[in-house]
Amino acid sequence: MTSEVYTLTVNGNDYQVVDGHSSESLLWVLRERLELSGSKNACEEGECGSCTVLLDGEIVCSCLVLAASAVGREITTIEGLGSEDEISDVQKAFVDAGAVQCGFCTPGLLVAIDQLLNSNPDPDDLTVREAISGNLCRCTGYGRILEAVRIASNNRTAQNEEEKSK
Amino acid sequence: MSRVQTSDTATKGPRIGESALRPDGIPKVKGEFVFSNDLRHSDMLWGGTLRSPHPAARIVSINTAPALKMTGVHAVLTSEDLDGMPLYGLEHPDQPVLADGFVRYQGEPIAIVAADHPENARIALEAIDVEYELIKPLSDPKLAQEAEAIHPDGNLFREIDLIYGNSQEEEGEIIVEGTYEVGMQDQAPLGTESGMAIPSEDGGIDLFVSTQWLHADRDQVAACLNLPTEKVRLTLAGVGGAFGAREDISLHIHLCLLAMKTGKPIKMSYSRTESFHGHVHRHPAQMWYRHHAKPDGTLTRIEAQLLLDGGAYASTSSAVLANATCFAAGPYRVPSVEIHGAVVRTNNPPCGAMRGFGCVQVCFAHEAQMDKLAIELGMDPVELRLRNALQPGDKIITGQTITGTAPVAEVIETCAQHPTSVGSASQQMELPGGAGRTADPKNIVRGEAIAVGFKNLMFSEGFDDFSTASCQLLDGVATITCACAEVGQGFVTLAQQIVREILGVEEVILEPASTANVGSAGSTSASRQTWMSGGAVKSACEEVRIRLLSRIAESYNLDVESLVIVDGGIASLSSDFSISLKEATAEPIEVEDTYRHMPTFPLNEKGQGDAHVSFAFSAHRAVVDVDQELGLVKVVELITSQDVGRVLNPLQLQGQLEGGAAQGLGLAVLEEINVVDGRILNPSFTDYLLPTALDMPPVEIAALIEQPEPNAPFGAKGVGEPPAISSTAAVASAVRNATGLDLQRVPIRPTDIVFPERGENG
Ligand code: FES
Ligand code: FES
Repeated sequence: MTSEVYTLTVNGNDYQVVDGHSSESLLWVLRERLELSGSKNACEEGECGSCTVLLDGEIVCSCLVLAASAVGREITTIEGLGSEDEISDVQKAFVDAGAVQCGFCTPGLLVAIDQLLNSNPDPDDLTVREAISGNLCRCTGYGRILEAVRIASNNRTAQNEEEKSK
Repeated sequence: MSRVQTSDTATKGPRIGESALRPDGIPKVKGEFVFSNDLRHSDMLWGGTLRSPHPAARIVSINTAPALKMTGVHAVLTSEDLDGMPLYGLEHPDQPVLADGFVRYQGEPIAIVAADHPENARIALEAIDVEYELIKPLSDPKLAQEAEAIHPDGNLFREIDLIYGNSQEEEGEIIVEGTYEVGMQDQAPLGTESGMAIPSEDGGIDLFVSTQWLHADRDQVAACLNLPTEKVRLTLAGVGGAFGAREDISLHIHLCLLAMKTGKPIKMSYSRTESFHGHVHRHPAQMWYRHHAKPDGTLTRIEAQLLLDGGAYASTSSAVLANATCFAAGPYRVPSVEIHGAVVRTNNPPCGAMRGFGCVQVCFAHEAQMDKLAIELGMDPVELRLRNALQPGDKIITGQTITGTAPVAEVIETCAQHPTSVGSASQQMELPGGAGRTADPKNIVRGEAIAVGFKNLMFSEGFDDFSTASCQLLDGVATITCACAEVGQGFVTLAQQIVREILGVEEVILEPASTANVGSAGSTSASRQTWMSGGAVKSACEEVRIRLLSRIAESYNLDVESLVIVDGGIASLSSDFSISLKEATAEPIEVEDTYRHMPTFPLNEKGQGDAHVSFAFSAHRAVVDVDQELGLVKVVELITSQDVGRVLNPLQLQGQLEGGAAQGLGLAVLEEINVVDGRILNPSFTDYLLPTALDMPPVEIAALIEQPEPNAPFGAKGVGEPPAISSTAAVASAVRNATGLDLQRVPIRPTDIVFPERGENG
């Protein structure tokens, strides 16, 4: 045990971590100490993407990041997507497209796809497949997930065009 | 009482046949849905399991004293601490709760600990000193029956000699023979085994766990804890996928033992590696087949020998073998059949249920045989299949007549005729091996093939298979209580659709699935819950409806026949009477109903009998690109047709077809637990390869054949398993078609393509 106290900034809020083991991963601390259990733990060895979060806007597997090393960085988790009372467009597309079955892969995929669409609002099929190839889903065979991305990306493109034409 | 129609209701919420959305969809996309891995209690301890590193050993001694003394450790338990039934098992209790004297597979639990932090639990497990006397593991299933028994119950779980028709008259003119092998597949649900046990004040226990069958778990847990069943309450915790992996007990009893011992809530959550060791797998199979046919392609006789490796403990091996044997010939009419099937005990990891349950293995073999036969006959493989396709009224090889629907020709034809939509690969990423490999387009060959499969729905062989549900209607709101395990398949969506369809209500509340408030719903397996728990919900709702309309008719002196439920109210067709459902149900109506399917019967000593309830058929067509130099396969398209009875929710159905096909593709070219001398070499997602979004092609649905199944609620067949059955066979066959190789084993490994002469150990 270490008695060190450190602060993590998650979804814009500061959290104090007290009495953490120095070996604890960011995923563990998020889930067990900060009670943000939206990030999932399907492998804890960097292979499934269920623990995907953003670290200063970049995609990481939080199971591979030591919690203490994330001090001073901006952490975004599934809990930071959408707003208090409204889910984000990608979240809604997931529900509507049937991209959720058991849902264990869902939070990690949503974080990855949200980041993808923010940097590339209109990705082609292969780009999407490549972007989510680090996120395993055992239930869906990915078909409805890809459909959800298409829906969200079409909506964003339509919106952008609308804004441009205004 | 008059019969009540179900079609005269109108409501805004999605009903049967519509793409209703999952009620748990929003919490799942927000990350708020509580999976069993997410359970938390302020006072909880963490459980951990010490597992045998050896596949076979005698335990000489266990010293737990050093572990007990460690900081944060609250309890260490071994078999000596058990005072209930020391064994458990779904069909046959032969598996020790904690190893007693022997370990029979690598990963067998020996001791459990409870500590304040999982890291302390892990350190404590390392401190437990176990002395083993190693035994040479029995790892070859072919040797199991002759070998010395490795368990008091012997090394044979079950043997079936199926004999159908007259063997002498039907020797064929054209004969093809083959030997086939299927490797060990893992269900690999993304959520690992996890749960929480909380001791209760009545001396009992509350267990929150992800599972497929709460009541079967409850009964086994209670026996092992030596508690009456009513003191053991199981509640479903959020399930991160199942696919058969959660049909057996894993950590359930261990959690409860530690909770009873410490008096505190205990949480356990397996790591991925532990999960690979901690649940049963799909049975590896070795199969020999000989098909006889007339020159026109008519099948005359099939002979087969099937050997399944059940691993160290029984699990559901016996039922898996029955399926493999009963469905060994495929969905074809054959006048004469002789099959010997056996499932044996070895020191390999235990095997049990996985999506497709015995039918996946034989489908790979019988479809390879049909392809071989087509080549031998110089006949189109689709035509050969159509010529022999089962029809309603035909007998399957157990002598059972198909009394329901059997659109075998329809699934074959629609699947075969569907136009392909893929061109050739245009980017490196789309070639076999993707970006990381150096596939040279000129080494790529394309292949295409079709495969057909079938399976029984529900439990077979005389099992008393039922589901219970209750429906309460109060203030216009329906509340459904059913212990059906929602594992991701979408029963929760369907249950709401059924209630809306029958009762015309908008709001449907689903109570948590628990043993505490309702009887068993049976297992979420065997493609059975739509039919069984769907049937239970339906009949409970229908009875509520009858009582409601009778009550209104009586109170208002109306003709019950004239009453309909429409627009959230009850109206009379013969007067201007109307009342809102809310008002009409100010006094609650509650009905509990238990649904059973038609009885089935055991197989006799010749493997004959009406053992099954209903059959579902599917066809897959695969298009593959193969890099012959690197041995890499890229599945570029999957086309499927499925016999579904009736579509209840198109969106969820599509999800089942796509997800099942992905698992079938995985078994064909990627997924295998490599076991050498009883040891798993690849218990991780680094080395056990699940299909990614780059491996999985689009799944084109050529046709959903809707021929309502008599006796099935709404005419719907279960749809979960067929997609995982014919897909493997189709992909394997397409690779054969592309390469011209006689690939007799799945998963097909690169070496099987590059060095075919090395044979099965390539
Ligand atoms: S849990 Fe982090 S990649 Fe699997
Ligand atoms: S929905 Fe279950 S793993 Fe993706």
